[in-house]
Amino acid sequence: MKAWYFTEMPYPHLPPLDTLSTMRVSLESKHFDPKIGADLYNRYLDEYMIADDAGLNMMVNEHHQTATCLDVAAPLSLAILARQTQKGEICILGNPVANRGDPLRIAEEMAMIDCISRGRLSAGFVRGVPYEIFAANTNPTQTVERLWEGIDLIQKAWTSHDEPFNFEGKFTQRRAVNIWPRPYQDPHPPIWLTGSSDFAGISRAAARGFVFATFLQPYEKVRQLFDAYRGSYRLNGQPGGGGTAFMPLVYVADTEAEAEAGMKELLWYMAAKTEPQYRNPPGYVPVEFNVKALQGTYAGRTDAMRAQTLEFQREQGVVMYGTPDQVIAQIKRFYDLVGGFDHLLMMMQAGFLDHERTAKNIRLFAKDVYPAIKDLAGTKPLDLPIAAE
Amino acid sequence: MSEFLTIQGMKIEVERMGSGSPLLVLLSEEAAFERTSPFIADLAKTHELIIPQAPGFGKSDRPDWISSPDDISYIYLDLVEKLGLKNIPVLGLSLGGWIAAEMAVKDDSFISKLVMVNPFGVKIGGPYDRDIQDIWTLHPTKVAELKYYDTDFGKRDYSSSPEEDVSIVARNLESFARFCWDPYMHNPKLKIRLSRINVPTQFIWGENDGVTSTAYGKAYSAHVPGASFVTVPKAGHYPQIEQPAAVAQIVNTFLA
Repeated sequence: MKAWYFTEMPYPHLPPLDTLSTMRVSLESKHFDPKIGADLYNRYLDEYMIADDAGLNMMVNEHHQTATCLDVAAPLSLAILARQTQKGEICILGNPVANRGDPLRIAEEMAMIDCISRGRLSAGFVRGVPYEIFAANTNPTQTVERLWEGIDLIQKAWTSHDEPFNFEGKFTQRRAVNIWPRPYQDPHPPIWLTGSSDFAGISRAAARGFVFATFLQPYEKVRQLFDAYRGSYRLNGQPGGGGTAFMPLVYVADTEAEAEAGMKELLWYMAAKTEPQYRNPPGYVPVEFNVKALQGTYAGRTDAMRAQTLEFQREQGVVMYGTPDQVIAQIKRFYDLVGGFDHLLMMMQAGFLDHERTAKNIRLFAKDVYPAIKDLAGTKPLDLPIAAE
Repeated sequence: MSEFLTIQGMKIEVERMGSGSPLLVLLSEEAAFERTSPFIADLAKTHELIIPQAPGFGKSDRPDWISSPDDISYIYLDLVEKLGLKNIPVLGLSLGGWIAAEMAVKDDSFISKLVMVNPFGVKIGGPYDRDIQDIWTLHPTKVAELKYYDTDFGKRDYSSSPEEDVSIVARNLESFARFCWDPYMHNPKLKIRLSRINVPTQFIWGENDGVTSTAYGKAYSAHVPGASFVTVPKAGHYPQIEQPAAVAQIVNTFLA
């Protein structure tokens, strides 16, 4: 199993949260102090360096128009890590292909970063969470189609070396496609894809040997998703590569009390407020979900989970915290409950968690937890039917 | 009674009701609600109403290639031909008004008179002018206030509605976004093309519409040669829902 350090690079220095209606999309940028922001950017990058030094891998993501995430251009932070770190693998999870709308620019950026890092890159693609629709102004009813057309074009561009080609798709039209550089890894960096409920997408990811990643979901749901992946992987003739990844919030400390205090700081992320119209733009989820929304019985999975107690979240595997031995036990329990997985993505910094405690969390995990889980076996293809329905 | 016509390979639902002189009604994005509304019942007393459901609305298909009211107008022009409608008045409500305008600029030879109630469809001001308030970005409470003079008219309770009916509402909302998200609620070409409309045209506007203001409506109507413009008091973006009798009377007077 590989462990990956992650922070969303939050900007927590906001007015009292009960005075704000939203932290996303429309929170005025007057609340952003560039001097504080400069310190935060540099601090967060320093913490990635500490993670690299301690032997962890590094993952970055991006969001827009939000205080929850200052990384608005993940290829930029990734490029810095590609140059400044030396050992760990680097993963972007991911490129919001549908929302960026220029797949070839993404193909170029990833190829360049793969070269600079000498092949340490994993290139993830994401459809983007609902509130990202607004900053990008993407039609919310077509993001899945846009995502897959973009991925197809990027893969084709990475692997075409003998002559330029033209592409006339539904969303992108380009002529004489011939990207320089080509990726360092051959045929291209490992591809990752995120998902939370789209079984057709999981099946497609498995068929192409993409790593499938899911975030902050209870173990029973994760088991369903990973079983679907493993079943599809086998049914598709085990295309090679691939694997599964899960992200909880993680905090390790010398005592359980200290760890619990750290975890409570990380939960700032779960408490991020968003106005209702940003949470479910029309057509983002299938009609059957919106039927439930209209009937008042669907509020989204994040809302359901954040309303729970810390103890419940820990039992579900959404948060993992405690002494090194406790966290090892939690990871192994989760591993068994979901049928095994390949990558542990760890949000180890959020909210006001300061540099000192973040660094301690990283170092303690790397020293006392990682060695005990490193040898857990990866995804085994299962002879399961695709759990499409 | 619904019937289904096949047009350009897709299934289109068409309802007929009432008796009297025929009237083609193009419903708004509130189509699921309007079908059985007092306004439609009122018009049905004196007209034979022909009410198609746009692609993606009601039980009509929504093939992938349909992405705008402009696309829908071609479907409806075929529908008019298939039904053999000639010299018939057309009434379009909000989104339906936009589609009616898209049809009329292409072919108004079958239209005797055109009525548009708070239609979307054109961009009047510059890039920073909010001609049409952003109903998808504003808070739902604010949107309700903008849409209605009396927000009670916008309240819908689906907690005990049959699943099939709620599915149609949910799909209508999705289709509305599919066709109108970007460019937001307008076709950049339509404003110029409106000069092609050569039939008597009546604009009807809810005086308290906060989504598309009366000033927007007047500017819109000024692009249609000879069009007249009338406002309805105590009504927002859907005067046919808030003031059904008043709107029906204006329609009947204009069509008489």
